[in-house]
Formats: sequence, structure tokens, C-alpha cells
Amino acid sequence: MSQPESALAEAQGGGRAPESLAALAERHGLRRAIARPSMPAYLRQLWDRRHFILTYATSRNVSKYSESMLGQLWQVLTPLLNAAVYWLMFGVILGQSKQIDNYPAFLITGVMVFTFTQRTVISGAKSISSNLSLIRALHFPRAALPLAYTIQELQQLGYSMAVLVLLVLVTGEPVSWLWLLIPVVLLMQLVFNIGTGMFMARLGAFMRDMNQLLPFITRTWLYASGVFYAIDDRTKDLPDILRWVLEFNPAAAYIEFMRDLLIYQRFPERWAWVTCLFWAVFALIVGFWYFWRAEERYGRG
Amino acid sequence: MAEPTKELSQVAPQIPQTQNPQNPKAGSPTVIVDGLHIIYKVYGSSGDSEKGNAASALMRILRRQGRPQMKEVHAVKGVSFVAHHGDAIGIIGRNGSGKSTLLRAIAGLLPPHKGAVYTNGQPSLLGVNAALMKELTGERNIILGCYAMGMTPGEVREKYDEIVDFSGIGDFVQFPMSTYSSGMGARLRFAISSAKTHDVLLIDEALATGDRDFKRKSQQRIKQMRDAAGTVFLVAHNLDVIEETCNRVIWLHKGKIRMEGDPQEVLEAYNKA
Repeated sequence: MSQPESALAEAQGGGRAPESLAALAERHGLRRAIARPSMPAYLRQLWDRRHFILTYATSRNVSKYSESMLGQLWQVLTPLLNAAVYWLMFGVILGQSKQIDNYPAFLITGVMVFTFTQRTVISGAKSISSNLSLIRALHFPRAALPLAYTIQELQQLGYSMAVLVLLVLVTGEPVSWLWLLIPVVLLMQLVFNIGTGMFMARLGAFMRDMNQLLPFITRTWLYASGVFYAIDDRTKDLPDILRWVLEFNPAAAYIEFMRDLLIYQRFPERWAWVTCLFWAVFALIVGFWYFWRAEERYGRG
Repeated sequence: MAEPTKELSQVAPQIPQTQNPQNPKAGSPTVIVDGLHIIYKVYGSSGDSEKGNAASALMRILRRQGRPQMKEVHAVKGVSFVAHHGDAIGIIGRNGSGKSTLLRAIAGLLPPHKGAVYTNGQPSLLGVNAALMKELTGERNIILGCYAMGMTPGEVREKYDEIVDFSGIGDFVQFPMSTYSSGMGARLRFAISSAKTHDVLLIDEALATGDRDFKRKSQQRIKQMRDAAGTVFLVAHNLDVIEETCNRVIWLHKGKIRMEGDPQEVLEAYNKA
């Protein structure tokens, strides 16, 4: 190893002997490191990492409020304050409440359900781009990150739902057998959010301007989703197609479904079931596939 | 010109064999780096001419120039070597010579621009720190870190006490990591990431901190891994650590191998340069 530096560097840099090294690698069964696993293998890897995903989500929730004095209490306070602000704005000041019965319950249901999806979209878009050091240090299926972020939001939703049910009871709605269906609609929404979160994760990883743009997109979505108003009421003088488009909006569908169960005590119509199910399955398949296609490129370049 | 390369692949296998005659696996290659080039892009403000205000950003888009703050860095320029079972290879070089990039490429975390890295199994970077959260207690971080490395709950329970013992942080395990001294943090991180057995372990400056006692313990652990026929790569600015731990040293200079071989020889030349 004591030959002149230049000769050694040239021999190694010139790539004059790639055949011999590649052949040596093959003889000993060494493989290239970078490859995207097949979809079934990927799903298996993801399943093996389920403990990491859950622990990561919980840890993020714990650390999120660890600096504040009230600590985990904020998990309940945040949705409560949100509801109070919207109720003050749209219920008291803008006077929506005169047209809709039990407006506080109507509004708060909309806000809570929409917030679940909105927060998943926003955090999903950041799940890859704000974890680059983790991605560059450890091997794991990258889908674990958007999945953990969605689970984190689900844990938060638990508190929101408790607040929501309590408020609905306070506003005078009776307990109903239909409430047993709440987990079903939440499950459909969760599946939709998982898919959407994965889709957004890939967008956010490669389009660096996405995080700047997202607040505007989600706010537009919020206004279009009938959180503050009843879609069928607002669109009764407009063409049917417009109402149809607004009601096909996944956020609006999940909100309406939840209102049916919580406030109106009626079994959701068939189109509501179809819309909610369709969006869940569609988002999951498209989002997961789209995310997986770029698996080997996250955290690179 | 083929001679030096030939020599590389012939001489290197003999090194571990002399040290590790009882292990039959010793001597066969674990990592082959073949004419590797790594180019990566860097985002962020850069240009001297770029003023970094909204107007200049708009002008740039109008003139259809690419993003000037996107720079390409040619970090590794044609590196080749073969590592074997039982090797502990030190990588030295000045800041920015491509040491960490080379490690990431071996770990399969950066794609080669040209050339290839062939590995046996999955090399892992000793880099669990990225998964840890400083607001959380050491206890939670141990569990989180173990899961991040892909352990099962059973393995985590099994290793937990060993990690606490090895790190020597004692009762501090109940406190948030943000309250730790830098030495304690480094010890806990090393303890977590070395709890898992790796075929090929890549260590980037992990041993720089920590007191003398801990340095000795961590060197011992690296030696154990070598004896188990693993391969260890070690990047460090602290040359003593390299000299005591490694049986081979690669000196990177501006992305190329400047010199490669016996630690004493290379370190002597490095210190003169």
C-alpha cells in the first residue's frame, strides 16, 4: 500500500477494473443496496414496523405539549377553543344560527370532523420533508412516517370526539342507538385520511412549495365543505349539478354522515354510504400506490 | 494500471485472517465499493449574487433560470475498495472530504451517480439519534429508538436494562433527554444504536464525546462486533480512536482516496500533510 498516491488514486478513480470488482461481488453473493421492494413485501415490512409507527405517533403527541404548562390538557382545550371561536364568529356575529336548528352542535360537528382530515393533510405533507435526517439515517418503509402522522391525528381525534359528544349532549340532543355507528364513519374517514396523507407526503417531499400553498387550499376546502352552512339549504336555488359536486366532496360527505348520526338521529342515506366508502377505498389505493412508487427516492437528492 | 487494484483485493483479505483465524467467515468480502461517484443537490440560500428577496426570485422565474440555490455537490469521486468480515475500517479526512457521504452511500441511503456499492445484508448507520426526541424521557427514547431500528417488543424488553447499564446514565433515564449533558446524550445514543447486532455497522463521529471510561467501553463493544465477524466503518476526527480501534484506514481527500492501508502508515502520512 505504499505506491505513489497518484497511481493509486488513478487506478481507483479511473474505473478501470469495474468488471473484477463486480465479479467479486457476484461470486460472494453481494447485492446492490438500493431497490424498491415489491408491493406485498413492502406491506409486510410496514406491518413489521407497526410498533415503531404506534410508538412514534404517541411520542410525537407526548412531546408536542411537553413544553407547555397545561401539558396534555391542550389535547382537549384545542378542539374546545376552536369550537368556541367558530361558534362566536358564525353563530353569534354572522347570525347563521337562525336558519339551522341547534347550530352549535351542527357547527362543532363540522369543525371537528373537518379538522381531522385537514390536519392529516397538512401534517402528511410534512411527514417526509421534515424527517429527512431520520430517513437518511435508518432503513424502514417510508410509508411508516405518513402513517404515524395520521395515527397521531387519530389519537388527537379521540379527545375531540369526547368533547364533541359532550357538547352535543349539552345542547340537548338525546343519546341514540345510531351513535354506535360513529366508529364506522370514523374508520371510513381514517382510511380516507391515511390514503390522502400518503399522497400528500409524496407531494410535499418533492414540491417544496407545497407547505406554503397548503393553508390556502385547506381553507378553500373548509369553506366548500358545508362546515358553517347546510349545503342543501344554500344550493336550493342553484343547478342540481353544483349541489351534487359539493356533496360529493369527501369532507362534506363525512361531515354530513356524522351529523346524521349525532344530531338528526337518522340512518344515513344510501348515497352517503356509497360516497364515504368510495372515497375511503379510492384514497387508500391511489395514495398508497402513489407513495410507494417513489419509495427509493425519499430523502435523496 | 490494473496492478494496484489487484493488489487491493489480494492484500486486504489477509489482514483479518491474521487477526481472526478461528472464525471461518472472516476474510470473505462484506462490502464492495466499485468506482463510486455521489452527486447530491443542496437547497438553501447560496449565491453571492442572489439577493434573496421576492423581486429577484420573480426575475429568476421570468428569465427561466433554474433555482440558483440548488447546488450540485460532487462529494465522492470514484472510490473503490473491498471490506471483509472482521474488518474495522477507519475513514479519515478533512471536513467536507466526503466521509459521511461515503458512509451514507454504503448504507444504501444515497443513490450512486456512477459505480455501485455491493453489500451482504443491510449495512446500518449508527444514526438512531434522528429518531429520538429530546423532550421525552430517556426511557421512552430507548423504546422509540429500539423500535426505529426494527426491534420487536420482546427484543426491546430484553435489551432495555442492558442499554441503561451500558449508557451509565442511571436515574437520569426518568428525565427528559433535554436535561442531559452532551456526554450523557451521546452515551445513551451509542448504547441504543449498538444494542442491535449488525452485520455491517457504520459509525459517524459517535465516539467523539463521552469520558474516557465510556470510550473504553464503546471500543470494547466495537471489538466484540468485529470478533463476531461483523464489519465496522468508523468516521472520526479523533485519530487516537481510529488507531486503537481499526485495522485499516482509508484517507479521503476531496472525494477521492488519497491513501489506504495500515493505520500507522496512513495516520503518519495524514499527520504530515
